[in-house]
Amino acid sequence: MTAPVLELRNIRKRFGSVQALQGADFTLAPGELHALLGENGAGKTTLMQVAYGLVRPDAGEVRVAGMGVAMRSPRVARGHGIGMVHQHFTLVPALTVADNVALFAGWPVSPRALRERVRELGDRVGLPLDPDARAGRLSVGLKQRLEILKALASDARILLLDEPTAVLAPGEAEELLAVVRRFTVAGGSAVLITHKLDEALAAADRITVLREGRVTFSGPSQGQTPRSLAEAMIGENKFLATEARAGGAGLEAGSGEAAPLVRLESVEVPRESGYGLAIRPTSIAVSGGEIVGLAAVEGNGQRELLRAVAGRIMPLRGRLTVAGPVGFIPEDRTTEGLIPELTLTENVVLGSTGSEPWLVGGRVDWRGARSHTAAIIQEFEVAAPSPDVPAAVLSGGNQQKVVVGRELSRTPRVVVAENPTRGLDLRATDAIHRRLRAAAAGGAAVLFHSTDLDEVLRLATRVLVVARGVVVEPPAGASRAQVGELMVTGGR
Amino acid sequence: MAGGLQLAGYDAAAALGALWNGAFGSWYALTSSTLVRAVPLILIGLGIALAFRGGAFNIGAEGQFYAGAIAATWVGVHLAGVSSPLAIISVWGAATLAGVAWVAVPVWLRLRFGVLEVISTLLLNFVAESLVSLMVQGPLQEAQRIYPQSDPIAEAARLPLLPGTRLHVGFLLALFGAAALWYLFARTLWGFRLRAVGTGPRAAEVSGRIDTGRFTAIALAGSGALAGLAGGVEVSGVSYALFQNLSPGYGFTGIAVALLARLHPLGVVATGILFGALEAGAGAMQRDAGVPAVAVYVVEAVVIVVVLLVEAGRRAGPVAGRVRA
Repeated sequence: MTAPVLELRNIRKRFGSVQALQGADFTLAPGELHALLGENGAGKTTLMQVAYGLVRPDAGEVRVAGMGVAMRSPRVARGHGIGMVHQHFTLVPALTVADNVALFAGWPVSPRALRERVRELGDRVGLPLDPDARAGRLSVGLKQRLEILKALASDARILLLDEPTAVLAPGEAEELLAVVRRFTVAGGSAVLITHKLDEALAAADRITVLREGRVTFSGPSQGQTPRSLAEAMIGENKFLATEARAGGAGLEAGSGEAAPLVRLESVEVPRESGYGLAIRPTSIAVSGGEIVGLAAVEGNGQRELLRAVAGRIMPLRGRLTVAGPVGFIPEDRTTEGLIPELTLTENVVLGSTGSEPWLVGGRVDWRGARSHTAAIIQEFEVAAPSPDVPAAVLSGGNQQKVVVGRELSRTPRVVVAENPTRGLDLRATDAIHRRLRAAAAGGAAVLFHSTDLDEVLRLATRVLVVARGVVVEPPAGASRAQVGELMVTGGR
Repeated sequence: MAGGLQLAGYDAAAALGALWNGAFGSWYALTSSTLVRAVPLILIGLGIALAFRGGAFNIGAEGQFYAGAIAATWVGVHLAGVSSPLAIISVWGAATLAGVAWVAVPVWLRLRFGVLEVISTLLLNFVAESLVSLMVQGPLQEAQRIYPQSDPIAEAARLPLLPGTRLHVGFLLALFGAAALWYLFARTLWGFRLRAVGTGPRAAEVSGRIDTGRFTAIALAGSGALAGLAGGVEVSGVSYALFQNLSPGYGFTGIAVALLARLHPLGVVATGILFGALEAGAGAMQRDAGVPAVAVYVVEAVVIVVVLLVEAGRRAGPVAGRVRA
């Protein structure tokens, strides 16, 4: 029995009044792909941050290759061959890919050699990147790739990945997991933090489940089922409704009843950069009660289409008619949906249209706004101590609930959501789905996109594929594989 | 500061005593030294706070002040037979417009070409100072053509004073301005949206109802207006004429005033008075205790650094605690 390459024993950590970890143990064997599973707030990221030296535990110890180590900082961790890829990117947008890698890994910065080295590293591990591309301009999936390259460039033998597939399309996610598998086969060890059961089951050798700071299960992935893992994660006997199809929501064949709330007639939408077309001449109609899911790989125009409907991008040509009010849930909650430094009340006022009761003649009735925010917090089950806390202190799931609550509480007739459940756990995802369904049941037209194809198929009453700027409706009864193929080929 | 003074061989107690007396020691000192110096600092500070809230850096308040002073002097000198309230309003109005005009070019450059206003406003300061030199040696020079200064402005354009002091009506204007801006920021939707533009421009843009470019432009214009007005108030209330070095760096001290008050309009009144007091006391300190007045600038710097450190310490608190599992 070889010594574990990384061991965390009896880790305790408290943040203020929250006990994030209550005596958690974790063991990583050499060459192992180990999934760390749990809901948001369960303690997974914190536990790995202890291993990476970002967080000092109140109690417990970290052992690397059998020896106790005082993990004082990420530098110490990197010295022991541990690399971490975070959920929130730590890139310098203004620098190129090569510079970012050099900055992080401490490589000498002579331009030519550096670029070659970065290019070679990318090709070798199966994550090719253009060394001269500016990091800020990369798509989310490619930024992710850069983060991983940075970790590997520092000669990491132990890779800690925090929700790496949260931002990726299905194909990209599979590619990434394949890369990680290659890494472990070559002798490295990896920890995959995730809340996706299927992913853990499919990719990992061993799984450890955390619930509320404690380990509720740790063992080989073989022999486990989604049900058994869900029980360990949530502690309830019934599996959440997200597994079942959207049946019961009563939305089938909702189209065609009333006049469409969203109508596009030969609409062309430019790219946000201004150069070129994101959406070619398209005609679509969406009625109240429909939930239209856009199935698309990132960068094919679905974002521009949604933003055009939401009124954030002006179409180049064609006629676009959208019934107001429109609720818009942007993809990036921390830079586009909310202003993290402002309080929840202020963030709700940010999204105001000007016709709210607590806005009279240009004046803000802050008390009224505050109680409105408190009502949103209550109704949308946001775990926040009060409306006066800065949005930054909320977890991702709760931040998203605030954005959704703010938009939906206006009873919009059209709801546009970009990847609304990105990075959220089962419970939060389920809550958002319920809300979107309720909005549709109330007569709104809902349009959304998700990088998780299964989510699109599950939530939508009607699926549209967007590939290379062309919107295609899959034939009735199309299978998942057929839709996936359409996403890539565009029906050609 | 006491330690520094002592080390430098000065009598610290006497120096600090002189400083205090010069600023607050008497009713006259309070009104005619401290508060008079506070007026331009408050007005400019308010303007800079306004710009900062909108995410813009107005480093050109000095130049805008001079632009306002030039306009005010021009109007004040050429007024003929206009009675008092109207004369004052014309002078102030001209000064305000001049301030807006002086910031208009940087605003246009920022909107059209993305030129950083830090640079464009800063550079225009030098142009304004040169323009003052030109004016007081040319078109605006006094009739006798001896000194590089303008003729005094018309009596009707001079501000009424608090009897027995040199404190002019501009002080009330400054207080009113602070109250108005407070109301704007705390109670109106426009003021809130300005803050959103300054704190989270991307989110403000995406919210779909905020034109960030317009907000920034208006904030900068307002900033220039207030700085220009400060120039006009100084001419109509204190100097009654235009000459070089009319401003002992108000445009720059105003930045410290605004930042120290953390952009809060009512706080700007307090910090404006604080800096006014320090500068009033500096003169007395030099006169009475022989300590070079520039020592006060050291004090100002120390105050700024301390406040920034405290601010940084506070900032590290709640947002760092957002680390979640």
